[in-house]
Amino acid sequence: MSIFDLTIAGAAKALAAKDISSVELVTAYNGAVEALNPRLNAYITVTAELALAQARAADARIAAGEATPLTGIPLAMKDLFCTEGVRTTAASKILEPFIPQYESTVSGKLKAAGAVMLGKANLDEFAMGSSNITSGYGPVENPWKRAGSDAKLVPGGSSGGSAAAVAARIALGATGTDTGGSIRQPAAFTGLAGIKPTYGRCSRYGIIAFASSLDQAGPMARNVEDCALLLQAMAGFDEKDSTSAEREVPDFSAAVQRGVKGLRIGIPAEYRMDGTNPEIVALWEKGIEWLKAEGAEIIDISLPHTKYGLAVYYIVAPAEASSNLARYDGVRFGARVDGVDLIDMYERTRAAGFGPEVKRRIMIGTYVLSHGYYDAYYLKAQKVRNLILRDFTDAFAKVDAILTPTAPSAAFGLGEKMDDPVTMYLNDVFTVPASLAGVPAMSVPAGLSAEGLPLGLQVIGRHFDEETVFAVSAAIERAAGFTALPEVRAK
Amino acid sequence: MSSYTLEGRTGTWEVVCGLEVHAQVVSKSKLFSGASATYGGAPNAHVSFVDAGFPGMLPVINQECVAQAVRTGLGLKAQINLFSRFDRKNYFYADLPNGYQISQFAHPVVGTGIVEIELQDGTIKHIGITRLHLEQDAGKSMHDQHPAKSVIDLNRAGVALMEIVSEPDIRSPEEAGAYLRKIRQIVRYLGTCDGNMEEGSMRADVNVSVRKAGEEFRTRCEIKNVNSVRFVMHAVEAEALRQIEVWESGGEVKQETRLYDPSKGETRSMRSKEDAHDYRYFPEPDLLPLILEQEFVDALAADLPELPDEKRRRFCDQYGIPFYDAGVLVADQTTADFYETVAKGRDGKLAANWISGDFFAALNRTGTNIETSPVSAEALGQLLDLITDKTINGRIAKDVFEEMVETSALPAAIVEAKGLRQVTDTGAIDDAVTKVLAENADKVAEYKSGKDKLFGFFVGQVMKAMAGKGNPALVNEAVKKQLG
Repeated sequence: MSIFDLTIAGAAKALAAKDISSVELVTAYNGAVEALNPRLNAYITVTAELALAQARAADARIAAGEATPLTGIPLAMKDLFCTEGVRTTAASKILEPFIPQYESTVSGKLKAAGAVMLGKANLDEFAMGSSNITSGYGPVENPWKRAGSDAKLVPGGSSGGSAAAVAARIALGATGTDTGGSIRQPAAFTGLAGIKPTYGRCSRYGIIAFASSLDQAGPMARNVEDCALLLQAMAGFDEKDSTSAEREVPDFSAAVQRGVKGLRIGIPAEYRMDGTNPEIVALWEKGIEWLKAEGAEIIDISLPHTKYGLAVYYIVAPAEASSNLARYDGVRFGARVDGVDLIDMYERTRAAGFGPEVKRRIMIGTYVLSHGYYDAYYLKAQKVRNLILRDFTDAFAKVDAILTPTAPSAAFGLGEKMDDPVTMYLNDVFTVPASLAGVPAMSVPAGLSAEGLPLGLQVIGRHFDEETVFAVSAAIERAAGFTALPEVRAK
Repeated sequence: MSSYTLEGRTGTWEVVCGLEVHAQVVSKSKLFSGASATYGGAPNAHVSFVDAGFPGMLPVINQECVAQAVRTGLGLKAQINLFSRFDRKNYFYADLPNGYQISQFAHPVVGTGIVEIELQDGTIKHIGITRLHLEQDAGKSMHDQHPAKSVIDLNRAGVALMEIVSEPDIRSPEEAGAYLRKIRQIVRYLGTCDGNMEEGSMRADVNVSVRKAGEEFRTRCEIKNVNSVRFVMHAVEAEALRQIEVWESGGEVKQETRLYDPSKGETRSMRSKEDAHDYRYFPEPDLLPLILEQEFVDALAADLPELPDEKRRRFCDQYGIPFYDAGVLVADQTTADFYETVAKGRDGKLAANWISGDFFAALNRTGTNIETSPVSAEALGQLLDLITDKTINGRIAKDVFEEMVETSALPAAIVEAKGLRQVTDTGAIDDAVTKVLAENADKVAEYKSGKDKLFGFFVGQVMKAMAGKGNPALVNEAVKKQLG
């Protein structure tokens, strides 16, 4: 067995038993990063020396008997989390020279738990994308291949670097952020587990904002148990984020063991969309059977406003983004292109610093908030968002969790779906409603497509009931017995 | 009731005006960050990453700023909205770090209220308050520090402002001035804004239109950032005259934003409605709605200091002083407190006369104010006691007071040291009267032949002979008796 076969939970046990040291583990991972990252481009910034120093400190901490389950565990940090003294780019050229003097709450909590940071993971620019092709630092390659083909596939997005790093085993786990599916869709595309917790569960302080009312941090890992360990450390109230929830963080690892006997699982009719890949539908049917076999009760439900999800999302998210990204003006930090006057400097700086997808969303967002259009777009979208939330509230009066597919297809090829942005937006069709409602949702690997690519199922829970989400996801994981590995990986 | 109008070539015009007062909240830290909100400091010394709009930074509401806004709302007799919300007002400027200002657009923390103003002729008028909302200030751009560059100071960026919006109830420059002074007086009483217009902690946007009697409102113009009461009054008049000229020359006033130039005494166009920003307001997603508990508001109301209008009425009732005098005494809290210290347990009218007369004159003359005055309220009170118990008379009291101003000595000590006690010995007074009448036999004859006015002359001579120390009432009586 290779050191790369260890999960987080497994590595934690081995570290505690002194079978391995964190320095050994991190040295191995640093080497794997060095070997594979030039090809995969999963990291924008590699912090090998810092990782080694953190590993030494972790070993001392383990020796002193003060370890947490994450002490000495090498992780990839999505480059949307500000990290003190380490360049943070949001995959945008406009932040190329930006080194924060502060630490995001989530990365700070992982640091405090003794986790080791291998580097800053690539993503879609400002987290805007579903394929990681909008990064200002080049696309990420999915370590998975279609059977018999060497074509490069996308890892999904926006947390595509995090997904590729964990799948290729050049990180043991990773942080992601999810605004409309940015953790769940790449997790599904790379055969990983990933959870978007309830909005407010993790602090957004120090996370570069895309759409403030939707952004939420979460973990991506090889299995549900590892996700529980990571979320345990990441979650919690933070007085520096007014939208973070002042609630106790439950024991997520315990929830993973719960089982689903007696749970009522909702199957929403509206997610059976015309033209959905039959493989995906078949996998969903399998998931239903697995849960039934584990003792859950399957209940047909309706989420009637699902069909408006994407339209609402692509009004609300760009509206907030257009405002959130106004601060990148070249005045105080980041890149600046000089101009003849202030307006000229703004225009040159932003023209050079932002990529086409970011510009598109700023324009959409500016448009929907404009005088005369606000009521027709933004206000209407907020009203429909409330209806979508009500769909879930009504559903959760009858069921404890909801099962759906994560994405309408398996990973697609680099260069596919690029001609029309709307085709790309359709990737988020199953993930966006939970984001709009703020409820927790997890993708768990459940099988392979005929082409040999991983497919995921999504489990959606009540607000702040990640425990049930973990319990149901773990049941699917056990039943699916997903053990396939990508072609490109550290061995 | 005074009514202010302007005469144009085509007839009489009425002025319609409403004010938006921006008042900087007195608080230790900024509205959404822990950085100091103190005025001054080296440029960019009071700036947090939140204020500077750094990536990933989030606003957190400062409860004290909310309390200050609620106190001000209570002082304006306004409705306190238990539900309010922050919105983003989006526009690009170098000293606006986030590219948006966090303000309250749709749901302000304070709703409608009333402010009472008093005009020169004593008329009382009510000016409606539309709303008060909280918002953050921007930083400061300076364009004269470097030949090719502008420099930015973010010390003020993020400091809490209250925007107090009036109804268009103001009808003259005088009313505009009185309204602004009244707002300043109220916030100073409440300690919610220091009201220093020179330092920019209070400034006004002035909305002006003109109309003929009985008309609906015509188009208004907004004059931005006027920073003194006097300039506001000038700006209203200058802008009204300009608009009358436009209308009367067959033109049409266009809605626009203007600036007041104090050196020229005129307003000039800043930007037209067509160039106006589209602020793209939307609810601030980084903050939850601001929900106030009724108990929170009640506790603030219970702790509210007495406000100038109430204090003025109470002074009239409690101390029996005229309404006008009471108005002078409550102009600011320190004067009112000074007066109360002097008047408590004494003759309120006497105290009021002394303070608004000799005492204010002495402050003016010595270039001091109540805090630095050489005469304390206690000392002035002791002087009034000496008058009331007839130790000295009013005439001598003025000399004693001058001595107090000079030396800060207590009045009793001055009276003792200089032997200024009033003479109430009727024998001594009678002797002095006899002597004066004897020395002025000719005047006595004139008096007796009907020249009554000479009575005052005899009294004056007696007082002079007694070095001013005679009890005036007793002297009067003795003179009257001896003249028969």
